[in-house]
Amino acid sequence: MAGNVGNPMIRMASSAKKGEIVEIRSLIMNPMTTGLTKDKAGKVIPAHFIQTVTVTFDDKPLLDIDWSTAVSANPYLAFKLRAESSGTLKMVWKDNTGGNWSADSKLTVA
Amino acid sequence: MMSKPIERRQFLGASLATGAVATAAGLGLIKPQLAFADNVAGWPAKAFDAKLLKEAMSDSVGKTNVPVSSKVKLTAPTIAENGGAVPVTIEVDSPMTEDDYIAAVYLFVDHNPTPLASQFTFTPAAGKAYIQQRIKMAKTDNVRVVAKTNKGVLMASAPREVKVTIGGCGG
Repeated sequence: MAGNVGNPMIRMASSAKKGEIVEIRSLIMNPMTTGLTKDKAGKVIPAHFIQTVTVTFDDKPLLDIDWSTAVSANPYLAFKLRAESSGTLKMVWKDNTGGNWSADSKLTVA
Repeated sequence: MMSKPIERRQFLGASLATGAVATAAGLGLIKPQLAFADNVAGWPAKAFDAKLLKEAMSDSVGKTNVPVSSKVKLTAPTIAENGGAVPVTIEVDSPMTEDDYIAAVYLFVDHNPTPLASQFTFTPAAGKAYIQQRIKMAKTDNVRVVAKTNKGVLMASAPREVKVTIGGCGG
């Protein structure tokens, strides 16, 4: 069933000008199975998917995401942040089997 | 499947307490994988379980008829060879200030087994209501987005048709 899970990654610039809008790109490994399909032996493949992604900047909420099984395997996600002050962007992914991963990335605002 | 509109979480709690899950699953009343799903706190199961676009919209957005606005931009390919990974980009033209911002964005695929694909809750700190991700599409279908401002104003993207060569519900 599930291949690799976890291994979250964040790609973003490490510095930005104040007021600049920065793009953040992220990736995590997860099968994102729907629970609606069967394997070759005819057994139902259980649903296994990331349900929430929480993004904070210096512990302040930036973006909360709820995902369904319609998000592709090994989900890629890009979003934006207005650079106001230096700090740490943190992402937390949680799946329906108790999986919980986090990653962070520092931003210096000049 | 379930005749009463009961929340999955409540249903599970009640069923587990009485040991009825195994019986119900044995009778084929519920799908075993649903019975043992361990949803993350706060995940909106009802909206995500809805099978029809109208239900999914009323359970998430609260309305089924939302006026289209050119401010809500949805980019998706015209033809997707692989329905398992269709790239979509959402961008809403709006200020993102404490007084006036896009608070939520909902992404739907009209005829997927469960039409609500994702929902996004923004704060003004984002600077821009922008999302890029990949979604699964069962067949050629419309993708659409609804955005909600912090004052509760709703606006939708124009529905965007994506022709799918190979359906993406195998994953």
